[in-house]
Amino acid sequence: MKNRSLISIDDFTKEEYFSVLDAAEQFERKPVQNILDGKVVATLFFEPSTRTRLSFESAVNYLGGKVIGFSDASSSSVKKGESLKDTILTVCNYSDLIVLRHPREGSARYASEVGTVPIVNAGDGANQHPTQCLLDLYSIRKTQGKLDNLDIAFVGDLKYGRTVHSLVIAMTNFNCRFHLVSPPELKLPSSVKMHIKEKNLEYYQYTDLSEVIPMADIIYMTRIQKERFSDPIDYEKVKNAYILNRSLLGNTKPNMKILHPLPRVNEINEDVDDLPQAYYFQQALNGLYVRQAILKIILGL
Amino acid sequence: MEQDKKPVKEFVVSAIENGTVIDHIPAQSVFQVIHILNLDKYGNQILFGTNLDSNKYGKKGIIKVTNKYFKPVEINKIALVAPTATLIIIKDFRVIEKKKVEIPDTIETFVQCVNPNCITNHEDVPTKFKVLDKVDSRLKCTYCEKITEKKNMTFR
Repeated sequence: MKNRSLISIDDFTKEEYFSVLDAAEQFERKPVQNILDGKVVATLFFEPSTRTRLSFESAVNYLGGKVIGFSDASSSSVKKGESLKDTILTVCNYSDLIVLRHPREGSARYASEVGTVPIVNAGDGANQHPTQCLLDLYSIRKTQGKLDNLDIAFVGDLKYGRTVHSLVIAMTNFNCRFHLVSPPELKLPSSVKMHIKEKNLEYYQYTDLSEVIPMADIIYMTRIQKERFSDPIDYEKVKNAYILNRSLLGNTKPNMKILHPLPRVNEINEDVDDLPQAYYFQQALNGLYVRQAILKIILGL
Repeated sequence: MEQDKKPVKEFVVSAIENGTVIDHIPAQSVFQVIHILNLDKYGNQILFGTNLDSNKYGKKGIIKVTNKYFKPVEINKIALVAPTATLIIIKDFRVIEKKKVEIPDTIETFVQCVNPNCITNHEDVPTKFKVLDKVDSRLKCTYCEKITEKKNMTFR
């Protein structure tokens, strides 16, 4: 993976992903290492983000590198009408690697074609967000001790949730059963289901959350956004049907963990946060180790 | 032409002396073919007809371009909208060669990505697609990874 860009989850093999997860384990044991001394990483965020940007910047800092960049396109030359190409070519002169988040789909692939340093895609519109997918895989492997033969429930907005699509596709490499819980309006798109069918894996669709809780090893929660509904009445009908709270979690498998890419709004009640099943903040911490691993491997250190 | 023993065939669209005939174009695709090949900007004589009766295809279109011989990479572009097209090379009113068009494995620059939020629709980026299905002309954008289908395909 040395010197290659990380744009889409399909760009790398299963073995290459395992090498990232293994390296992340090393960083979890020892997060402070001076391996990025003398390196500059640019974080170009044309769209706001809390976790992705800060965890990348934190990863660079713990590894002794320096960070340049912006967290808002309006404070850059983009505001003056500079093209993405020109911004990338300029920043390539000042850095060893670029972490890019951009609202347009395909922007990261394009940046990797014009740029002279590796690009790590930190989200291109609704398309790909591979480092999130890797940290989800890391979190599943860490909590379950394995990636295969698991019952994974995906809950909420399965239609538009980018992280859900990538993770479902990634998990089809392992012999898993998929439990898909969503309102009918927000079912998993057939283009993603196709991947499950191709591998002849089992999947089940539900509209009721409580049904899947006792059988799940992982519950992957997502936020249902009001703007996804053309009719506000439809939103009102379902908005409270996909909320996890303490009373729903009385009968779970002992190993069950709740994941969420965050930010959450109200889909996981705060009374869940102290339960042993709550894993979403640890998951966000895992994002740090996984991003350290990605930086190390791509920079060939 | 006096030596020609064959009976004179009556053309709805007149014969050309030299150039290329593109025959068996689906009738509804004739204007797309003209656009894709940039014939609307071509200076020499062009004859075309559409909604003509065809035994094989029902209604077909035909385009005759004088003094023009297309490179395969150029002509194969039209396979997306006219996979049935036959290419006939004419020299001195005679058929020199007949060819079918072929859909290439990748399509660059002239198809527009269907995704309004794709980077290629916002910055000066030439489009690039992988052809997933040559029969149904399904194209996967190299950039945004969305699929453009024949029914919503537009050309740059």
